[in-house]
Amino acid sequence: MMWAILSILVENKPGILFKVTHLFRSRNFNIDSISVGVTENPEYSKMTITTYGDEKQIAQIVKQLDKMIDTVEVKQLDEQKTVYRELSIFKIKLSNASDSMEINKLANAYGAKVHDVRKDSIMVELTATPDQIKAFEELAAPFGIIDIARTGVAALQRSGS
Amino acid sequence: METMTGAKALMTAMEKEGVKQVFGLPGGANLPMYDEFARCNIRHILVRHEQSAAHMADGFGRVSRKPGVCFATSGPGATNILTGIATAQADSAPMIAVTGQVPVAMIGRDAFQESDIIGMANPVVKYAFQPRKAEEIPEVVKKGFFIAETGRPGPVLIDIPKDVQQNEAEMIFPDEFKIRGYHPWTDPDIVNVEKAIDMLLQAQKPVILAGGGTIISSAFAELQAISELLMIPVVTTFKGKGSFPETHPLSLGPIGMHGHAEANKVMSEADCVLAIGTRFSDRSVGTFEAFEKKLKIIHMDVDPAEIGKNQTTNIAVVGDVRASLRIMVKMLMQKAIKNTQETPWLKHVKETKEYWKENLKLHPGEMGAAKILRKLRELLPAESIITTEVGQHQMWASLFYDVIQPGTFFSSTGLGTMGWGFPAAIGAKVARPDIPVVDIAGDGSFSMTENSLATAVLEDIPVIVFLLNNFTLGMVAQWQRTFYDRRMIGVDQGKCPDYVKLAESYGAQGIRAQSMDELDKAIKTALNSDVATVIDIPIDPEEDVLPFVAPGTSLSDMILPS
Ligand SMILES: Cc1ncc(C[n+]2csc(CCOP(=O)(O)OP(=O)(O)O)c2C)c(N)n1
Ligand SMILES: [Mg+2]
Repeated sequence: MMWAILSILVENKPGILFKVTHLFRSRNFNIDSISVGVTENPEYSKMTITTYGDEKQIAQIVKQLDKMIDTVEVKQLDEQKTVYRELSIFKIKLSNASDSMEINKLANAYGAKVHDVRKDSIMVELTATPDQIKAFEELAAPFGIIDIARTGVAALQRSGS
Repeated sequence: METMTGAKALMTAMEKEGVKQVFGLPGGANLPMYDEFARCNIRHILVRHEQSAAHMADGFGRVSRKPGVCFATSGPGATNILTGIATAQADSAPMIAVTGQVPVAMIGRDAFQESDIIGMANPVVKYAFQPRKAEEIPEVVKKGFFIAETGRPGPVLIDIPKDVQQNEAEMIFPDEFKIRGYHPWTDPDIVNVEKAIDMLLQAQKPVILAGGGTIISSAFAELQAISELLMIPVVTTFKGKGSFPETHPLSLGPIGMHGHAEANKVMSEADCVLAIGTRFSDRSVGTFEAFEKKLKIIHMDVDPAEIGKNQTTNIAVVGDVRASLRIMVKMLMQKAIKNTQETPWLKHVKETKEYWKENLKLHPGEMGAAKILRKLRELLPAESIITTEVGQHQMWASLFYDVIQPGTFFSSTGLGTMGWGFPAAIGAKVARPDIPVVDIAGDGSFSMTENSLATAVLEDIPVIVFLLNNFTLGMVAQWQRTFYDRRMIGVDQGKCPDYVKLAESYGAQGIRAQSMDELDKAIKTALNSDVATVIDIPIDPEEDVLPFVAPGTSLSDMILPS
């Protein structure tokens, strides 16, 4: 199984998100994360979908997406040549007096921002790769994670690649 | 530019596409478009159930290679055509389905006869449109026909809210349009065609597997040229049946679950296959793993997504298969490649064919399926068009009715829709009124759309229903005999109805044929009649379709008649 980042340029029309996600369901593929936004050209939206599968399955997903009439361009991005990030927000429990400081330290190490410090909880905003978010989550887990919200990956290939 | 209603624009745009008739049934939400039939040159053919309208459009489309058009109202009218749309999609048949919808302002409010047909149909259409403004209609129709008939054909749904049909607007009928995400044509990769030739020439035991794409693209002459130049035997999928004349010495017929024994045998012994326009369906190839073992696969298809979907291929040629085959023929001619030597493989293939011709045990009775279908073949002109229903009769037709003229055999092969054959035959006859059209039917299937007899009679579309009547859902009964220890549940049709009387009650002709003599006469009478005819042929309810490749096994493991 490999992880793949798909960048899908679609017509900016109603109903397309439904069709794309429906394709994943009906063809028995998985969506790991999804993000959508309009591009510099308002006629198009860009969807970034991350998914898992073996090489054959990923190739098949790309072809099926490409076959869709509403998709204008479908690319599997090379992780090495791509800037990809996801925004995540963690709400973490504060139980001991030292927790706040330690979480601040951890956030600093990850380049994350701290928001909304309360008596018994703290919020951390982290923009990073899904792997880094996962690592942060593991380190934050002992404090007690109350809630997480994630946006899904946004990705762009580097110029010249 | 001209001011007109959306409904008028719809009909005008369809006339521009060359539409001569529409199969359909009206209701509240499509009345504005129905009213336009009073003012245009398009014929309306009334059905008794919208599913049949879709199958008629499908049959018309497969035969004429132009999208057939069906109309239905919103809500239940629209849901009734869904089976027909899904059937067309599964067999890549060009079709335009136009549904009425509740007015734009009512959408999403669970209005009377509102159904989200766009949402429901999305997974089974090639594309769906819902114009929200009357002025969008001309371009939508133009794009719809283009999408339905180009590349890998398929059904297109156009769902038009009632107010959009009624509103007036300045209409522009465009000659050109752009669909940015649709690229139906790819030029075949010449290098890969060349590699394919080398691979075929190097193979010891090559075979050609012709699929439905060969028929859709009318690549008959090219297929035959390649087979003859390289002296390679041809098997087909069931959908590809009759892409190659089945009377040709190099023809082995369809492979698959109920393929010809010689075809399955030869396919499972081959070392290299040129597969043309096929998705390698499980019904055709048995288990994927067993199929691709020891086999080099060259795959030609118009749809890039089919490459590698079901089978790993060694060489892929993406593009219209007729164009790809043409390049191949040209290269063979240029290189002056023409095999004349009978290889040991070819000799073996011929012996295999001879063997099964003589040794496949057939039903001993006078009215066995093979005898009945061979009689039909004997009496029908070569160019006659066959449609079938779904069940044992369909598979017997595949086994025992030889297609002489390529592209004259059609069946619901992908979805396996009982009730498809009769309305599809009506659609086919509308496309080709000059030649006989015969639906090879089973009693269960015919029951599902038999009320299309009304359409055949009232609209004067004289097709022949050739009913192999075993009074049972025979194919299911065969599985119950084979895999469920003869526990026969839910299959007995109880000699009900009397199909001769049924036909007569619609004003059609009903003939019962209980012997070969009667059958001979019945077929001749039907061929000489100008009214739809049902030939009811009672047969043994216990006759099995054999050989049989059980699901999940490989083509070499056939169950044979004992
Ligand atoms: C709409 C639909 N329902 C159920 C089936 C399952 N099915 C496949 S073959 C068959 C029996 C068909 O009976 P009949 O038309 O009499 O043909 P026979 O097998 O007897 O020749 C059934 C029920 C189907 N293919 N399509
Ligand atoms: Mg039957």
